Amino acid sequence: MIEIADLRIAFAGQDVVKGVTFQVANGESFGLVGESGSGKSTILRALAGLNHAWRGRMTFGGLALDARRGRNFYRQVQMVFQDPYGSLHPRQTIDRILHEPLLVHRIDRAEQRISQALNEVGLPAALRFRYPHQLSGGQRQRVAIARALIAEPEVLLLDEPTSALDVSVQAEILNLLSDLRTERKLTYIMVTHNLAVVAHLCQRIGVMQHGKMVEQLSADDLRARRIQHPHTAQLFDLSMTLEEPA
Amino acid sequence: MLVEIENLRVAFRSRSETVEAVRGVSFCVGKEKFAIVGESGSGKSLTARSLMQLLPGQAEVSADVLRFDGIDLRGASESVMRTLRGKRVGFILQDPKYSLNPVMTIGQQIAEAWREHKGGSRKAAMLAAIGLLEQVKIHDAAAVAKRYPHEVSGGMGQRVMIAMMLAPDPELLIADEPTSALDATVQAEILKLIDELVSARGMGLILISHDLPLVSHFCDRVAVMYAGRIVELLNAGELHQARHPYTQGLLACLPSLRHPRARLPVLQRDAAWRGEETQ
Repeated sequence: MIEIADLRIAFAGQDVVKGVTFQVANGESFGLVGESGSGKSTILRALAGLNHAWRGRMTFGGLALDARRGRNFYRQVQMVFQDPYGSLHPRQTIDRILHEPLLVHRIDRAEQRISQALNEVGLPAALRFRYPHQLSGGQRQRVAIARALIAEPEVLLLDEPTSALDVSVQAEILNLLSDLRTERKLTYIMVTHNLAVVAHLCQRIGVMQHGKMVEQLSADDLRARRIQHPHTAQLFDLSMTLEEPA
Repeated sequence: MLVEIENLRVAFRSRSETVEAVRGVSFCVGKEKFAIVGESGSGKSLTARSLMQLLPGQAEVSADVLRFDGIDLRGASESVMRTLRGKRVGFILQDPKYSLNPVMTIGQQIAEAWREHKGGSRKAAMLAAIGLLEQVKIHDAAAVAKRYPHEVSGGMGQRVMIAMMLAPDPELLIADEPTSALDATVQAEILKLIDELVSARGMGLILISHDLPLVSHFCDRVAVMYAGRIVELLNAGELHQARHPYTQGLLACLPSLRHPRARLPVLQRDAAWRGEETQ
């Protein structure tokens, strides 16, 4: 489905992503973990088409991606951002926000699709004509997910979708994401720094350090600590000590 | 006791309604590490801020007892508060990016804090600043002191904030989500640093966080807040024996590396958790 080979991205002459290669199969969910500055979000943004200055090879559904991408790509690949406070237009109602992708992609039956999208992400229909500031953080993230899903994409790119949320809300959003993936056979690429979250939602995990992918492993291998690289081991051991109460 | 709070209430009145954000919170903190844990909107930050009278103007605060080291803080004048804020009580906020002055070097900022509270020459203050940076385990402190806040990482920025707070030798440190803007590894380092400094200097610590398992590793006691009240007060080591369904729910809804689950249990909020409106 998605193949990334020897991807390199530089900002102001400094390499941020230094030759990263991975593949994500159709219907798979792949997690990118690493510390801030390791380049994980940069990869996601280049894949989403938000940054054109990259070298290497990226293919989507067998077709090579270049700087200019067709409307179809932008419909099939949708992104959910970290901060639900910053990613929704403050002066548009939820209805207007959900309308936008339908207008852009010339999709019909807007009325029906919007109420269906709200229903699918578990938002009451009454919220439809509210503004983002009238919603809680969890509700906003649900709106962001509904906006991503309304164009019926095949791939969701998730950039730290729960790290700005309370843990109880995080559980709800993670459950929602795994339900949607099963129902719609979606492919996920998720960026996070939380190993427990990535192991929960993703089958395969790529560990980033200093712009390189130092290890790829399955969630089961991670849980069983079948780890090759010392950086993965370090992240894992720390998460294990801190996740249990003292 | 360093801090004594009894029946603290913080309300926000608007034309149509009054919202009570903190509803009768009571606790005492001595020279210990005390954590307040809760979700956004539970009133944990307001509780800490009302101690330092750092609330927005429209907030109405009332308490039966609100004392720091025996000083009554209810309606205390600004001049009294100035002898406490920064000097005897340090405050570390969530994001160092917004707490540091972007147009002053790190060394100048710490030296300014030092001179404000201890006096002395600029040169002595700068030397003290470098010493403080060393105490928060910054290597090459003299070079870091010359940098501007945008030139250092988030973790380093938070160390700088801690160094600045230590300058006047405070007796109490209030840390409001000091690590939520940081990576997991840096987070642990910063909390360990705060832990060591608090123990070594014999200070009291009030740590505000939303991460229950995390604070239990660094604190002695944990107060769990829900909807403006403390629903449970526990020793950090006894989190497993938490009785309140909210505390149990908070622990259960975390994804875990040890215990994989297909679905995460979701918190079913019980109206009874809010407690009696009229206490």
